[in-house]
Amino acid sequence: MNYIIATPEIFMLSMACIVLLADVYLGQGEKVVYRKLAYWLSLATLVFTFILTWKVSPASSQNAFNGLYVSDGLSDVLKYFIYGISFTVIIYSREYLEERSLFKGEYFVLILFAVLGMMIMVSAANFLPMYLGLELLSLAMYALVAMHRESREASEAAMKYFVLGAIASGMLLYGMSMIYGATGSLNLTEISAAVASAQNDKMLLTFGLVFIVAGIAFKLGVAPFHMWAPDVYQGAPTAITMFLGTAPKLAGFALAYRLLVDGLGGLGMDWQQMLTILAVLSIAVGNVIALSQTNIKRMLAYSTIAHMGYMLLGLIAGTSSGYAASLFYTITYTIMTAGAFGIVILNSRNGHEADQLDDLKGLSQRSPWFALIMLILMFSMAGVPPFVGFWSKWFVLKEVVAVGHVWLAAVAVFFAIIGAFYYLRIIRLMYFDSVDESVTVTASADLKFTLSLNGITVLLLGIMPSALLGICFAVFT
Amino acid sequence: MVSNFPLLSLIIWMPVLVGLALVFADTHLKSSTSKLIALVASLLTFALSVPLYFDFDNSTHAMQFVENIPWIEVFNINYHLGIDGIAMPLILLTTFTTVLVVLAAWDSITDRQSQYLGAFLILNGLMVAVFSAQDAMLFYVFWEAMLIPMFMIIGIWGGPNRIYATVKFFLYTFLGSVFMLVAFLYLYSKGGSFDIQTLHDMPLSMAAQKWIFVAFFLAFAVKIPMFPVHTWLPDAHVEAPTGGSVILAAIMLKMGGYGFLRFSMPITPDASQEFASIMIVLSLIAIVYIGFVALAQGDMKKLIAYSSISHMGFVTLGMFMIYKIIANTSSTDGAVMAMEGSMVQMISHGFISGGMFLCVGVLYDRMHSRQIKDYGGVVNTMPAFAAFMMLFAMANAGLPGTSGFVGEFLIILTAFKASFWIAFFAAMTLILGAAYTLWMYKRVVFGEVTNDEVAKLQDINGREKLILASLAFFVLLFGLWPAPIFEVMHPTIENLIQHITQSKLN
Repeated sequence: MNYIIATPEIFMLSMACIVLLADVYLGQGEKVVYRKLAYWLSLATLVFTFILTWKVSPASSQNAFNGLYVSDGLSDVLKYFIYGISFTVIIYSREYLEERSLFKGEYFVLILFAVLGMMIMVSAANFLPMYLGLELLSLAMYALVAMHRESREASEAAMKYFVLGAIASGMLLYGMSMIYGATGSLNLTEISAAVASAQNDKMLLTFGLVFIVAGIAFKLGVAPFHMWAPDVYQGAPTAITMFLGTAPKLAGFALAYRLLVDGLGGLGMDWQQMLTILAVLSIAVGNVIALSQTNIKRMLAYSTIAHMGYMLLGLIAGTSSGYAASLFYTITYTIMTAGAFGIVILNSRNGHEADQLDDLKGLSQRSPWFALIMLILMFSMAGVPPFVGFWSKWFVLKEVVAVGHVWLAAVAVFFAIIGAFYYLRIIRLMYFDSVDESVTVTASADLKFTLSLNGITVLLLGIMPSALLGICFAVFT
Repeated sequence: MVSNFPLLSLIIWMPVLVGLALVFADTHLKSSTSKLIALVASLLTFALSVPLYFDFDNSTHAMQFVENIPWIEVFNINYHLGIDGIAMPLILLTTFTTVLVVLAAWDSITDRQSQYLGAFLILNGLMVAVFSAQDAMLFYVFWEAMLIPMFMIIGIWGGPNRIYATVKFFLYTFLGSVFMLVAFLYLYSKGGSFDIQTLHDMPLSMAAQKWIFVAFFLAFAVKIPMFPVHTWLPDAHVEAPTGGSVILAAIMLKMGGYGFLRFSMPITPDASQEFASIMIVLSLIAIVYIGFVALAQGDMKKLIAYSSISHMGFVTLGMFMIYKIIANTSSTDGAVMAMEGSMVQMISHGFISGGMFLCVGVLYDRMHSRQIKDYGGVVNTMPAFAAFMMLFAMANAGLPGTSGFVGEFLIILTAFKASFWIAFFAAMTLILGAAYTLWMYKRVVFGEVTNDEVAKLQDINGREKLILASLAFFVLLFGLWPAPIFEVMHPTIENLIQHITQSKLN
C-alpha cells in the first residue's frame, strides 16, 4: 500500500484534532500566549503540510487506497495554493476576529477541517472520497458562517447556505448514483473507460450528468445556481466570507475537472454544451447585477459569479491548454479575491463593518498605499493589463477562440466591459470622491505586510506571468 | 552608438520608474523637488529620444532599434520593440509633448502635484511603448495600461463633471479594445504568432478579414475618434486638466491613426478596400458635420475638441481614399502622397492642438472659465499671448506657412484624383476651420475689454512663453520645411502602400 503519498492529509487531520484539544485545555487560560495557541498552531500546520506535500509528491501520478486517492500534478498545485490562500486568510482575519470577540479556537479548527476536506477533494480518484471531502468542506463552512451567533444576518446566511448546500450535495449524489448505475463503478478511471466503451445506456449517463453538472454549478456558485452566494457573502463575517470566496473555489475546480474530464470525459460534447449555457448566464447575470449593489461583499459575490463563468470557458474549450487556462483563472481569482476582502477587513474598524461601497470613499487620502493596492486589485479583476487578471481572462478567451467559439469570446468580452464599470466605481470612490470623515486606517503590521505582498503579487504576476502559466501547463501535459 | 544598446527600453522604462517613484513619494517630497525631478526626467527622456531621429536610417522601411527577447515563451509572446518611419516621429512628438505638459503644470496644479507629474511620466513611457511594440500582445498590454494613468488624471484633477467624463472615456476605449483583443486571439489561433510582421504576411479569407477589420475599427475609430463613436472626446477634453487635454489631443488620438496604419490596413488589406467607401463617408461627415458642430460651441475646450475630431477626419480620409486613387490613376504615387499627408496631418495636429489647449489652459489658470462669452479684448492685457494664440489659430485653420497647411493641402490635392466630390467636401474644412477657429479667436482676443477680470489679466510669463514658443517653432518649421518628416517616413509609407495593395486572399 502506498500510504506515504497521503501523509499530508493524515498530518492535517492529526493537527486539526490536536489544535481542537489544545484549545479546549489550554486556550481558556489567562495567558495571551495560550489564547493565541490555536492561531499559531494553525499557521504552523499549514506551513508543515505545505512542506510535507512537497516532499512526498511523487514524480508521476500515483494512486493509493485501492484507487480511492490520487496524487498528481493537479492535486499538488491546487494543494499548494489552498495552503497559501488559507494561510493568508488566517493572517487577514486575526485582528478582525479579535475586535469582534470571534477569536476562538473553533474558527481555526474549522478552517483546518475545511482545508482537509479540500485536500481530499483535489486528491479524490473515486466518487466516494470526492463526496466525503466535499461534505467535510461544506459542514465546516456551514459552521463557520453560523459562528457569529449574535448576528441575525449570519444566522440567516448560514441557514440559507445549509439548506441550499444540502440540496446541491443531494443532486450531486443523485447524479453519482445514476452514473454508478450505468457504469457499475465509482472509480473515475473505470467510469471513464466504461463511458468510452459505449456498452451502456447513454440516456442514463446523460441523466446522471445533468445532476452532476447542477451540483458542481451550485458549489461553484454559477448562475442559475448562484442564489445562495450573495446572501451568504453578505451575511457571514467578512473574515469568513473571505475564506468562503477563495480556497473552496480551488477545490471546486478540482471537483469539476475530476468529475467531468477525468470521469466523464467521454460525454464532453454534452457537458460542454451545458457549461456553455451556465458560463454565458453566469457572466451576464454576475456582471449586470453587480452594477446595482451598494454592499461591497454582495458586489464581490456577484463578481465571483461572473468570474466563475469565465473560469468555465476554459473547461468548455475541452483541450489540455483549456484546462490549464481554467486552473490559471481559478488560482489568480483566489489571489485577487483574498486581497479585495483583505482591503474590506483593513477598512473596517472597532466593530464597524465597512462593508458598504461608500465606506471606501476617500481611501486614497486616508491610506494612499492601500488605496493603490485596491486599485491594482480592481483593475486586475476588471481584466486590465498589466495586472494578472488580464492574463487569466486572456488565457480562457484564447482557448475558446482556439476551438472556434469566437462568438463566445465576443460575448464574454462584452460583459467584461459592463463588469469594468463597477470595478471602476470602487476606484472612483477611493480616488475621486472627497472624504466625509478623516479616520485614518489603522491595522496591525502582519495584515499590512501580507496585504501589500498580495497586491504586489497581482502586479508582478501580471508583468511576468510566464512562471505560473508554465506551472498550469505542466499539470495537464 | 552601440547598435544593440536598448535605447527604446530606456525611453520607455526610465520615465515609468521615475513616475512611479513620484506617485509613491506623494506629499513626502517638496513641491519644488518633485517638479524638478519630473522636469529632469522628461527632458532626459526627450534627449534620449533625439538619437532615434539622428541615427535613423532613412533608406529602409525595416524596423530599427530592434529589441527582441522572449517574454511569455509558452505562447510565443516576445518583448519585441522596434520603430520605423511611422512610429519614430510619433515617439519624438510624445517625448517632446510630455516636457511641455510637465512645464505647464508648474503653477497650475497644486493638489497632489507629485502624483500628477508622476502619472504623466508613466503615461509618457507607456505611449512610447505603444508606438514601438512589434508584438501584438505587447502592444495590447501597453495600449490598455495607458488608460489607467489617463483615467486617474481626468478623474482626480479634472473639472466638475470629471467622473462622468473619465468613466465614459475609459469604457468607450475599453469597449473598442477588447474586440481588438478577440481579433488578435483569432489571428493567433490561425497563425500561432502575435508578431506583427507575421500577422502582416498571413493569408486570410475575406469573411475573416471583414470581421477582423470591424474589430480593429472599433478599437481605432474610438481612439482617433471617428464620427459615430466620437462622443467621449468632447467630454474628456472639457473635464481633463490642461495637461490631460494636451496629451489626449496631441498623442492619444494619433494612436488610432497609427493603429489603422499598423494593424487594420496591413492585416486586412482586402477588407480595408471593401470598407474604404464607408470609411471615406464617415471621414467626410467628421470633417463637415463636426466642423459645423464646432462652430456652435461656446466652450473653448469643447470647440478645440470638435476641431480635433474634424482634423482627424482628414487623417482617416487620407488613409482610406488611396484605394480610389490607385484605381483612378493606376499608379501608387498619389496614394503615397495621400498617406504621407495623413501622417503629416497627425504630427502637425499634435503641435497645433497642443498649442491651442495650452493657450486655453493659460487663460483658464487666470480666469477659471473656458466660456468664450467670459472673455473679450484679451489682446489689450495679454499682447504676447495673443500673438502666440494667433499663430496656433491660423495653423488650426490651415494657413499656408504653418504645419497645418501641409497635411490638409496634400490630402485635398490627392482627393481630386480620387473623386471631385471627396475633394469638394474635404475642402470645405478650409472655410469651416477658418470660421470656427478665427471666430473664437476674435471673440476671445479682439474687441473692447469686456469685463474687469479681463482688464486685470497678466500677460504670460517666461515659462509660458517658452512652452508656447517651442510649439510655435515646430508649427512654423514644419510649415515652411516639412522635408525632414517626409524623408524619414517615405520608405516606410511606400512599402506600406506596396503591402496593402496586395491581396491576402488565397
